[in-house]
Amino acid sequence: MAESVAQPSQAGGAAPGRRMATYLYRRPRLALALLLAPPLLWLGLVYLGSLFALLTQSFFHLDGFTGQVVRRFTLATYADLLTRANLDIAARTASMAALVTLAAALLAFPLAFYMARYATPRARALLYLAVTMPLWSSYLVRIYAWKLILAKEGILTWFFARLGLGGLIDGLLSIPAIGGPSLSVSAIGMFLAFLYVWLPYMILPIVAALERVPRSLVEASSDLGARPAATFRNVILPLAFPGVVAGSIFTFSLTLGDFIIPGTFGNSSLFIGQAVQQQQGTAGNIPLAAAFTVVPMVIMALYLIGARRLGAFDAL
Amino acid sequence: MSAQATQPRAPLLLKLATACVLAFLYVPFLIIILYAFSTEDATFTFPPPGLTLRWFGVAWARDDVWQAISLSLRVAAVSTTVALVLGTLAAMAVYRSAFFGREAISFLLLLPLALPGIVTGIALRSAMSLAALPFSFWTIVLGHATFCVVVVYNNVLARFRRTSASQIEASMDLGATSFQTFRYVVLPNIATALLAGGMLAFALSFDEVIVTTFTAGQQETLPIWILSQLVRPRNRPVTNVVAVFVIAATFLPILLANRLTQDTTEVAGGGK
Repeated sequence: MAESVAQPSQAGGAAPGRRMATYLYRRPRLALALLLAPPLLWLGLVYLGSLFALLTQSFFHLDGFTGQVVRRFTLATYADLLTRANLDIAARTASMAALVTLAAALLAFPLAFYMARYATPRARALLYLAVTMPLWSSYLVRIYAWKLILAKEGILTWFFARLGLGGLIDGLLSIPAIGGPSLSVSAIGMFLAFLYVWLPYMILPIVAALERVPRSLVEASSDLGARPAATFRNVILPLAFPGVVAGSIFTFSLTLGDFIIPGTFGNSSLFIGQAVQQQQGTAGNIPLAAAFTVVPMVIMALYLIGARRLGAFDAL
Repeated sequence: MSAQATQPRAPLLLKLATACVLAFLYVPFLIIILYAFSTEDATFTFPPPGLTLRWFGVAWARDDVWQAISLSLRVAAVSTTVALVLGTLAAMAVYRSAFFGREAISFLLLLPLALPGIVTGIALRSAMSLAALPFSFWTIVLGHATFCVVVVYNNVLARFRRTSASQIEASMDLGATSFQTFRYVVLPNIATALLAGGMLAFALSFDEVIVTTFTAGQQETLPIWILSQLVRPRNRPVTNVVAVFVIAATFLPILLANRLTQDTTEVAGGGK
């Protein structure tokens, strides 16, 4: 190596550093190992280790008499998991996640379509920022906003009353499964909060998918005589669908694991996240809590396998 | 817009739908800001009976709020620092060499963010109790840094992919050691990506609540304070003011991070 060539100022005093650099340069495997060791120690050992420990705990069992965890392999905890009440919790959470996902896709698509197809580059950059800002801003504050909006004396009730539709909200709230004493304590309120909080996660992948639809295909379709609506249905929508599936992974998974929104807007019927928290906290049944966390993971694993078939991973 | 002949015009209905979705995204923020000025202190009455600046003074004098903010800032600062180091190391390793398990590393880094927060939280909690680790400032940092790494990693890796490898080769050809190359060539190239990733990691940590509920014990970060107000609203006016503060504190770094990654996509000589 040409050592006499002009070098950065500190080179003269860095002889040991230079020797070490050369040593590492000749051993790329060692250099790689040194680079990877800290992040892998942290995430591989601490994080994966914790996950593994959690999984292990789900095969232990809580002794009903002593309240102690019995550290011996058993499937008894999983048997406890498969009770009617717990299956109801899983089904309730999964259907809420499905509804939120569907609604998010319906709301996200027009905005994403406008962004990808019609907006000028400048407007697109601004819209992109407008979508990412709520995504990165405070999750709790956004939930709190809906507590304000949905309150009995709040803006939504006021707005409907001004339109003379006050009876509509009362009517909705009197429906047993989705209603409640007020919008802020009802399944409708919970649904709106979920939809609001996760919507940006749906918009971004759809934009990415739509931007990748080649303009030439759209032009070819209209050259071949398809009306815009037919082009949209037969060309754009199928090509954008993987983006919708990719977005749905986020909205679905995030809804499955959340316990704060159900805790804030829900009543006594639990969601998976709340059940986990309760087993871990008040009930002190770590094995059952651990087994419960397996539920969203299994649902998500099935969902991801399905999403992969639909080509969602190319759109991320 | 009309100047661009190739740009098709959007149907009116689509424009309307776009505007509605944008309103849906932003009106809630405006409502929080409005409520922070409301004279009503016990309910969420709309329209507010009157407007006042009083609550900003009341919130300013609250010790519990300041303590929560201070804890959150310290946790976010330390977690971000850890994430910057670990994320950069991982990005350098993944970028410069192909090795067995490379994809697995990206997946591993993404996992804490991809799995529901409650899984990460409860896993760390039970590991801490197995290791008989008492709750402290560091247990919170442990949780936060874990999911912040991927943000830095993604930003830095994206920058590496846009940076020309020939710059690094030129530096080495001219006799710089790999440390000098890192200091004088690589670091200036990735500086803004580090800053942007760092700010996003900071925002993520400053706002995190789900993992924190499992790793904080009795300590109160700002999100935990807000959560306690959500569950049992005792200080509505103060909560409104704190919410406005949090909106400002998260929007500003995001705007800044956006600027930083936008303006520097073209580094001189960086084109491939």
